[in-house]
Amino acid sequence: MFFDKPHFRIMGDRALLVEWGDEINPLINQAVRELFFSLDNQKIQGVAELVPGYCSLLIQYDPLRLPLSTLQEIITLSSRKSQAVYIADSRTHKIPVIYGGSYGPDLQWVADYHDLSIPEVIRLHTGTVYRGYMIGFTPGFPYLGELPDAIAAPRKEKPRTLVPRGSVAIAQKQTGIYPSDSPGGWQILGWTAVKLFNPFANPPGLIGMGDQVTFVSVTEEEMKQWVL
Amino acid sequence: MGSLAVLEILAPGPLTTIQDLGRFGFGRFGVARSGALDSFSCRIANLLVENPENEAVLEITLSGFKARALRDLNIAVTGANLNPYINNVPLAMWQSRIIQAGDILSFRNIQNGCRAYLGIAGGLDVMPVMGSKSTNLICGFGGFNGHSLQKGDILNGNPGSRSIQDLNLFLAPEWIPVYTKEWTLRVLLGPQNDGFSSDTVKMFLQASYSVAPQSDRVGIRLSGPLILCKAGIAESIISEGIIAGAIQITGGGQPIILLNETMTGGYRKIATVISADLPILGQVKPGDQIFFKQVNLEQAFFLLQEYERKINNFKLYN
Repeated sequence: MFFDKPHFRIMGDRALLVEWGDEINPLINQAVRELFFSLDNQKIQGVAELVPGYCSLLIQYDPLRLPLSTLQEIITLSSRKSQAVYIADSRTHKIPVIYGGSYGPDLQWVADYHDLSIPEVIRLHTGTVYRGYMIGFTPGFPYLGELPDAIAAPRKEKPRTLVPRGSVAIAQKQTGIYPSDSPGGWQILGWTAVKLFNPFANPPGLIGMGDQVTFVSVTEEEMKQWVL
Repeated sequence: MGSLAVLEILAPGPLTTIQDLGRFGFGRFGVARSGALDSFSCRIANLLVENPENEAVLEITLSGFKARALRDLNIAVTGANLNPYINNVPLAMWQSRIIQAGDILSFRNIQNGCRAYLGIAGGLDVMPVMGSKSTNLICGFGGFNGHSLQKGDILNGNPGSRSIQDLNLFLAPEWIPVYTKEWTLRVLLGPQNDGFSSDTVKMFLQASYSVAPQSDRVGIRLSGPLILCKAGIAESIISEGIIAGAIQITGGGQPIILLNETMTGGYRKIATVISADLPILGQVKPGDQIFFKQVNLEQAFFLLQEYERKINNFKLYN
């Protein structure tokens, strides 16, 4: 459900969760994105951090400098005129992926799960334009949606302790890319050499909330050419 | 004036990292705040050696850390009492002290608490990444080349070239925190306490939890009575941003108090530790007992004001 006005939940005495809905939906996510840019542009004294989620924005603030009631008023006002605020253009990213084999150890499992051939799984995964809903889990990890139902798959029963950097994976109706070596429970379909996160770059993350992402199936040789 | 070698690590102990008060403004990229888990001890360690309170310090976990001073330094040790010594003489904590080139600083065993903080006058000279000197261990950046300190590492700082004067600063004894093995953490319910029955919430507030050994800078894992969602309500939620102190109830019903190394979560948070009690989270260690006590927003605000007043008074009178 897409709420007609933002709902507030407190997370302790220094964070406010502003919810625009309770489901994964591009319109709800866009409302979160608009509020995020509106508040970010206002550079409000006492706001320490803004973390956008699928359908909520988490605002960390200093209650000694910014009373909760004032923050809530600012949000209500910003929500009304959110149409007028500047919103950074969303970008489009084409991510090359080597599917299957040692690069995508779960591709066969996903194909079997849906009784599809491997080329059909690849065609479905590359045939969708995904929205960057939020960035989280580890720095630069994009939660992308929505995956076609025909290849949606549950998480692994036993998460891996080490998923290699660059792994392209799916879970339920989401797909994502692991920007660094980390533990993980998603089904790995392939791998990309594209770097998603660089702590020394500005901005440090490649994919932002609201960006559009597509995947392209490539060979090892094509991958080398792509990232040269 | 250039940067000078100040400290050589002889033994790092289980985990020693460089931390300041954290990395803010990059949560939108999934970058965690990191930073000193006990921010009170970090701030006081800096103020005792006349640094800005956000300067980088060493966060020393449990016992075993040993280092050699490479020049005369003003230092201060705060936080957990890990029985610090200079050579063979016990080192007084919560006050500025001089150590001389060649002196050995060692932390011999755990008297109380979990993490000690070492402030060095002039600070530590490491490159800030995204505006902070804190170490992000998970992603491997910030602090000392993105990793925990190892034997043989040489730390640089800006201690000044003039001879060291005794700063003679100390924290008033009544403001030195008392660390025990039984902690009461004050919490505000929410943001998702509505996913639990009132009986479950009551049980959570009355129970005693013990700190599990798997605890780390990501979270304090608790074992005790299971906290289960209302019938028919899923344990997981759509992922959202989180802050340190949020108490997340994971799949099996065991609570985790989230700390500084994660920005998003996909489970319900029954309650959140108030800001004034956050420094305690850096001093809780495996085997300790935890109780939760509910307060309201006004009480949390008052307690935070009181906490900040200690820091401000220190600045005012020193």
